[in-house]
Amino acid sequence: MASSAVPLMEARSVSKYFGTVVALKDVSLTVNAGEIVCLLGDNGAGKSTLIKMLSGLERPDEGTIAVDGKPVVFSSPRAAFAQGIATVYQDLAVLPQMSISRNFMLGMEPLKGFGPFKFFDEAKAGEIARTELAKIGIHVNHLKQKVGTMSGGERQSLAIARAEYRGARLLILDEPTSALGVNEAAIVLRHVIRARARGLGVVFITHNVHHALPIGDRFVILSRGRVAGTYARSEMDEARLNKLMGGGAEFEELQRDLSALDAELKRDRAQAAR
Amino acid sequence: MTVAIPESRIRRISLANRIVERPEVGAAIGLLALWVAFALIGGDSGFLSGRGIASYLNIAAQVGIVSTTVTLLLIAGEFDLSIGSIVGFCGMIIALGTTQAGWPLWLALLASLAFALAYGFGVGILVVRFGLPSFIITLGGLFLLRGATIGFSRTIAQQPYIGGVKKAIGDDPLQFWFAGSFQDSVDVGFLWWIGLVIVAAVILTKTRFGNWIYAAGGSASAARASGVPVARVKIILFMAVAASGTLLAAVQVLSLGSADSFRGQGKEFEAAITAVIGGTSLSGGTGSIIGTAIGALTLGVVRQGLFFAGVDYDWYQAILGLMLLVAVLINHYARRNVHKD
Repeated sequence: MASSAVPLMEARSVSKYFGTVVALKDVSLTVNAGEIVCLLGDNGAGKSTLIKMLSGLERPDEGTIAVDGKPVVFSSPRAAFAQGIATVYQDLAVLPQMSISRNFMLGMEPLKGFGPFKFFDEAKAGEIARTELAKIGIHVNHLKQKVGTMSGGERQSLAIARAEYRGARLLILDEPTSALGVNEAAIVLRHVIRARARGLGVVFITHNVHHALPIGDRFVILSRGRVAGTYARSEMDEARLNKLMGGGAEFEELQRDLSALDAELKRDRAQAAR
Repeated sequence: MTVAIPESRIRRISLANRIVERPEVGAAIGLLALWVAFALIGGDSGFLSGRGIASYLNIAAQVGIVSTTVTLLLIAGEFDLSIGSIVGFCGMIIALGTTQAGWPLWLALLASLAFALAYGFGVGILVVRFGLPSFIITLGGLFLLRGATIGFSRTIAQQPYIGGVKKAIGDDPLQFWFAGSFQDSVDVGFLWWIGLVIVAAVILTKTRFGNWIYAAGGSASAARASGVPVARVKIILFMAVAASGTLLAAVQVLSLGSADSFRGQGKEFEAAITAVIGGTSLSGGTGSIIGTAIGALTLGVVRQGLFFAGVDYDWYQAILGLMLLVAVLINHYARRNVHKD
């Protein structure tokens, strides 16, 4: 974990309001190169809003986003990408009906030919895709095979490898494992760890404690639009994370409600029997 | 066994699956079967003669000219219901221009092409900028253009039919480029179709733009996230579809010497049918130009096959509908098998 002087990306006390709703209030987050920051929180905690600001889809109403220590205002995801910030979304990562190599090179297809007769260089595209995928441990037999025939984990991995190939320094991964089974999730987690080893910064969004705990260097927990805590790896264990994630107080309340409901049902049944 | 297994692999897929992933193979088998059947039934009455063969090639060419571009648009995830009306309207521009306004042929053709490109651009803008479904926009276009064709024709020439085009343009050599015929059998329109098929197939499979067409229809949001200019791709394709409508209009008006307000009617459906028979999905992202060409040939073979077999033409539409249903079911079944994990 390089704790270099200048963080790769920072959110400095950002807030975001949607009308009267406070989506995020005074949230700070720091990612260094070669570090995995896990962003955890229940649905509605503000994870998506924070990612949208980091990836250039939304702008903060208060506070700033900084890259390499310098404040930035992204006009679009493309502008963020130009600075090396790449976001891989869970569902719109790849095109299932297109081949692996065409998916890999989409939007930056290598060309051959001259003048107006420029053609897609299939051989070169295949070569690049094969090399890059091999780097992350995916060995492809048929590059013309459609991505739809790959497993969910392989698709996510392909999207991550592609973002890295396109020059990403920071990967923002939005719930990359939440739709996956155990083995598939393991494939993706392994790639995330490897990306860290190559010096990339990673913001890993999840609500699954078991996926965050083994790979995270730092854990930022969001709750109701605020940072409920930032913890280093050394101060974190599963029990603690579970407690923080579960939102202890709400869980107790739920249990109280359930026992009250149970009592009510028993009463009803007794009445019906009478 | 302690073989070093890579953590993650792509499985091999069977040859059979790779064939059903290419629906044009199925379409070609279907075409061959129909052709053999009609050759057995109607072979004696001229189905196999040179002129018989030319007759269904020419029919295939007429529908094929528009269905080629419609296929590109379908793959990009959009549809143009107004293509038949474009053919009618453009034909009217050419006929009215040459007979009533006294334009030379080249000017009439250019005016018709300019209109088509402007119309395609307008439809494209409405669809991509305002996010409206192309089905509704082009349904509006279908009625708007058809009504305008009849209206203009009746207002200017007092009838919905404009004849005398050949007389008006005399022996303009440009005529041959659209209405010529070789030894009275295969028309120049057939060569246009073959040329279009080759160009469209190369663009679709061998160029960056082709990749973008597939991506735009597969998932517009994923394509955009990868830097594909989805809006531009779709607008260009709407313009290409309209331009192919002009081409068909020129072929029809110049070979028949007339324009009819109702010409092109039903071409929007025939184009869709040929595309679907050839394995193009109406939901975008998959399809093939060669498949559509096979679909167009199938239409031609069935239509002329029924004629040579002595079956009443009334049955043509019923058989077309049946073929469409069979093709859709086969394609659906094939796709489900391919993507089954």
